Amino acid sequence: MLEDLAIRCGEWLKGIGPESDIVMSSRIRLARNLADYPFIRRCNDIDRANIESLLRTRIMAEPRLKDLTFIDVAELGLLDRQLLVERQLISRELAESSGARAVAIDHAERLSLMINEEDHLRLQVIQSGLNLQFAWTSINEVDDLIEQHVNYAFHPDLGYLSACPTNVGTGMRVSVMVHLPALVIARQIDKVFNSLQKIGLAVRGLHGEGSQSTGDFYQISNQVTLGKTELELVEHVGSIIPTVISYERKAREMLIKDGNHNLFDQVSRAIGLLQNAQQITSEETMHLLSKVRMGINLGLIGDLEIPVINKLFIHTQPAHLQKLRGGQLDQSNRNRERANYLHLHLNRRDPEAGESPPAKQG
Amino acid sequence: MKCQKCDKPATFHITDLTGGEAHSVHLCPNCAKSFLQTSGATAAAPLASNAINKQLKIGQTAKELAELDGRQCPICGISFYEFRQVGRLGCPHDYEYFSTELEPLLNNVHGATVHSGKRPRRGPDDTRSQTAMIQLRREMKEAVEREEYELASEIRDKIKSIEGGSLS
Repeated sequence: MLEDLAIRCGEWLKGIGPESDIVMSSRIRLARNLADYPFIRRCNDIDRANIESLLRTRIMAEPRLKDLTFIDVAELGLLDRQLLVERQLISRELAESSGARAVAIDHAERLSLMINEEDHLRLQVIQSGLNLQFAWTSINEVDDLIEQHVNYAFHPDLGYLSACPTNVGTGMRVSVMVHLPALVIARQIDKVFNSLQKIGLAVRGLHGEGSQSTGDFYQISNQVTLGKTELELVEHVGSIIPTVISYERKAREMLIKDGNHNLFDQVSRAIGLLQNAQQITSEETMHLLSKVRMGINLGLIGDLEIPVINKLFIHTQPAHLQKLRGGQLDQSNRNRERANYLHLHLNRRDPEAGESPPAKQG
Repeated sequence: MKCQKCDKPATFHITDLTGGEAHSVHLCPNCAKSFLQTSGATAAAPLASNAINKQLKIGQTAKELAELDGRQCPICGISFYEFRQVGRLGCPHDYEYFSTELEPLLNNVHGATVHSGKRPRRGPDDTRSQTAMIQLRREMKEAVEREEYELASEIRDKIKSIEGGSLS
């Protein structure tokens, strides 16, 4: 399953939209629950199956949502579930839990509706670049559409009721994924995070809650969900991002001025390793791709395009790599295949080229 | 950057959410492994349970806490103890039933206790009948567990008739 998905590439990886050299994507999610079922914690298998089929039927009944692809996550194998996580279409929690659960996605992979995650329904919109207003308009529309067909659990004082009290109210998490390699190299990243935390923003790694940062990608998001309007939350997160971007740009300028050779050397070594390694882990790949991504944005590397690098960040992760290279591989074979894959894509330097056929396994 | 627990290079940069605040932790692979193993499976659960435990410690005797822990939502049956353990509530009614206990937690996490964002257009037209549905479903499950199938099927019919009367 999902082979087509592995080859394709979501809208948010296209590297377009405002500030896309530093802002990878803007994402908003809403947590919603049905009013007449217990929260997931107190659901048995039958409840979960009922919720899944009810939401699926009601969502598909909405003419403007009927083109969504429904994926029954409970039916998927481990590799396919991991693929959806790497692609940011489902959370680790949805991948790893048990019982009836599903996700509905649109073709551009901008919209994803998770059923039976921590809440009955989690709506998510991802947009490439810094584009929170547009993400909010889109998700608000989908929320309104679905709300015509179901009764959400809602309290006049507390707003939308969620399984975890940290999401109650708007149920909204606004999050911007930023690429901050220069702040990491300049050892300024902690300072930035500390000041963000003081104004009620959370910083997480690439895959959200509890994950470590990989490839110098960080998600900056609101902590508070109650007592502010959705637009205020969008504004709160959105207003701080230009400052973070300006810090990263300053750090990049500083690194170039103070040690031009050093940074150029680091970027050149990174591309050299990626182009020539015979075996390479996912972590090392992310680490080196991060430097290359910054190098392209600084004009230190002329003949590679950002969308190619963005895609490689996703395609070299374990599940994608195995899907693209023809099936289950153990770690050492993965590391060899990853090196082949990188070699192919970074030496050809043609962003429009299609996928190569899977390599023979021996 | 050095690991915060030993002097090896830090390669894991973890954002930890505890007590409603995010902390960055920088660790070497070894220390990161033990850190992640002890800090719980998900970050959100300790967030809620720690925050609420913190609130509860103030002016709470062991006896009062035991009484509170024993309280069970009449609708979904979750105990306050279970909520404290997992950081997840059992049903929408818990926000009413445990409102006194939840208020300091909400204040601590959000700095507010009143929603000011969007509202469903249809309005919460009949919250009581919806809460009743959760209770009926639970009674049906319990009837099945006790092998009282006649009662279970009566409750099922009741649920069906309410469902038929609402959205379909």
